[in-house]
Amino acid sequence: MPILDHLWIIIALPLLGAALNGLLGKNWSKPVVNSIGIGSIALAFLTAMEAVREFAQLSPEQIPWIRNYFTWITAGIFKVDFSLQVDQLTVVMLFVVTFVSLLVHIYSTGYMAHEEGYYRFFSYLNLFVFFMLTLVLASNVVLMFVGWEGVGLCSYLLVGFWFLKQSAISAGKKAFITTRIGDLGFTIGILFLFWTFHSVDFVTVFKQAAGMPVEAFGPAGVLTGISLLLFIGAVGKSAQIPLYVWLPDAMEGPTPVSALIHAATMVTAGVYMVARMNPLFSRAPFAMFIVAMIGALTAFFAATIGLVQTDIKKVLAYSTVSQLGYMFLGLGVGAYASGVFHLMTHAFFKGLLFLAAGSVIHAMGGDQEMPHMGGLRTKIPITFWCMFIATLAIAGIPGFAGFFSKDEILEAAASGPHANVWFYWLGLIGAGFTSFYMFRLIFLTFFGAPRYDEHKVHVHESPYNMTVPLICLAILSTVGGWVAAPHLVGGTDYFAKFLHPVFDAYAVTPTAANEAASEVAGSPMMDLVHALTGMPVIIALLGLLIAWWFYIKSPETPKKLAQSVRGLYTLVLHKYYIDELYNTVIVQPLLWISTNVLWRVIDEGAIDGTVNGIGRGMRESGAHMRQIQSGNARSYATWVVIGAVGVTVLMLGIWEMVR
Amino acid sequence: MMSVVPVSYYLVLSAILFGLGVIAFVFKRNIITIFMAIELMLNAVNLAFVAFARAHNQLDGLVFVFFVIVVAAAEAAVGLAIVITVYQNRQTLNIDRINLLKF
Repeated sequence: MPILDHLWIIIALPLLGAALNGLLGKNWSKPVVNSIGIGSIALAFLTAMEAVREFAQLSPEQIPWIRNYFTWITAGIFKVDFSLQVDQLTVVMLFVVTFVSLLVHIYSTGYMAHEEGYYRFFSYLNLFVFFMLTLVLASNVVLMFVGWEGVGLCSYLLVGFWFLKQSAISAGKKAFITTRIGDLGFTIGILFLFWTFHSVDFVTVFKQAAGMPVEAFGPAGVLTGISLLLFIGAVGKSAQIPLYVWLPDAMEGPTPVSALIHAATMVTAGVYMVARMNPLFSRAPFAMFIVAMIGALTAFFAATIGLVQTDIKKVLAYSTVSQLGYMFLGLGVGAYASGVFHLMTHAFFKGLLFLAAGSVIHAMGGDQEMPHMGGLRTKIPITFWCMFIATLAIAGIPGFAGFFSKDEILEAAASGPHANVWFYWLGLIGAGFTSFYMFRLIFLTFFGAPRYDEHKVHVHESPYNMTVPLICLAILSTVGGWVAAPHLVGGTDYFAKFLHPVFDAYAVTPTAANEAASEVAGSPMMDLVHALTGMPVIIALLGLLIAWWFYIKSPETPKKLAQSVRGLYTLVLHKYYIDELYNTVIVQPLLWISTNVLWRVIDEGAIDGTVNGIGRGMRESGAHMRQIQSGNARSYATWVVIGAVGVTVLMLGIWEMVR
Repeated sequence: MMSVVPVSYYLVLSAILFGLGVIAFVFKRNIITIFMAIELMLNAVNLAFVAFARAHNQLDGLVFVFFVIVVAAAEAAVGLAIVITVYQNRQTLNIDRINLLKF
């Protein structure tokens, strides 16, 4: 097991790439920076795949495969090892992270070709991959937190990559600070976890948790507390209500960054974390309910905002928030495998959507507004077809990746172990909205007459290093869901079967692999027909139809509709004024308190006052005391005598007392 | 039978000498006189040491006396050098007029 014994190589390679490019890359030519940036990720990808190959040969008793490299922290009974772990969930994440990163790195060589700080960009991207791999390979929650914070740092650096642009700086800070609010919950959750289990290792914690009973929904216990605190971290990192506001702003970063960090990998860290912590969540029904509720609400709410956005990247940003909501909905109703499945397919199609959007922006010479586009289909055919495939996938059109995963989630919401009909309907309507806004994007961008000035904007297809990653992801967006396809005809869901050991090992009521993954069914043909004509498919097609009606058939309708419900339209167009609300309710009062209380009163008044007061007191008493030093030696002599007499009297007195 | 002078006599003499030294130290204005007052106090202490050493029949006190004499000699050397320098510069030995070193 050469690689499995040396798992650290997988995470060391991107770190090496980041260090080389970051420290020395300034004076290197682009081909050198490229080969180090892409080479390190390609090697990491190959090493990871070799690890997966070796992993496939392990016997079930050897999983999870844990390798301890050194002890990082010891303080009493608190012990944290630098130890890495591979199980089926890690394998999925390893593949998604390394593969999508590789494609995004290749794409970036085209997209960022004319940017300043080229080496810096690749250094940050490599650093991001390093932290992301640390996050998914960690075998204890503290090491996972290291990766968790690290990807947050890289997100900040890359969102604010164009650091001369004020809006980019603000967006970077917003992303960092908003997720930090969630991280506070995560940190307290880790402490709470250690306090309860006296360990931070996943395996140790899960073994103890498996022995604990399922907690009541009502007055919940310690597991619910830990789960909810950890989930607060996930809410921040994965941009769920109420902390989603940073993700749309993060679109200020370069588009490859949006694709890699803010669609495919980092924002799914919260989903991964909840899935990883499934033994805890499974025993906390109230936490599960909250996860599902937040997920369903976000899925619906963000989708409504996506309906009216005009910036192509903003549409995709709200779409990402919404799709992450679906993942949490899947986790929250107990279908962990479905949530992770959607994570994987989403990484493919949303990564593709962002990269394709980048290609469109590239073609338009930097313009991101959809009302300025139109009719690009024939000008940039490769981008169009790739984006079209991704749209079919995200909308849930049968045969494409998103159909399988979203269908599974909605099915679990309707009939799973923690099913809730309200969440099902929210998810279903959200799916309709998803279909609508995605086809709206396609129709506005690629169909109809050009709305840009054809003399000024020279539309051109992107170079090969940008289109090849698009095509790779388009293939995966098509076939990526088929591992679950036999499920539709009553067969095995191979994805769920693969992940089954992770979610079953500490499950409340363990199930057999096939039982968990397949439905009891009538004839296979009827199942297929049932799945293909189910509500999610119908509503997706309905969304497509309405988008077609609004933006192809009768382009006047949306304007009329917007006129007739002007109030609602304005509300949604301004994203429900959530940013303004947060600004008024949280940011401004905080700023006021910081300025007028913490700064003016506490800092300047109390702290500075104390320090300066002591100094002033010393100076003033010194001014009086120094009068004693008169320069008259005879007065000093008198003082000496008085002192000597005083000491003598004192000592004699003490001597008498002791006797 | 030889009559032995009691220790208390020596101590009283020592105390009187020391007291005179202190009084001179505080009240005299001439630096050399003050200097002599210090010597007087040192020797008063020496006398007390010798008296105690004799009374307790121990050598410790005598050893101390030698140290005091050595220190006094060194002090006299340095001190008189300072006194001479002060006189060369200020043409006075009145301690009340040598008061520049102050706040």
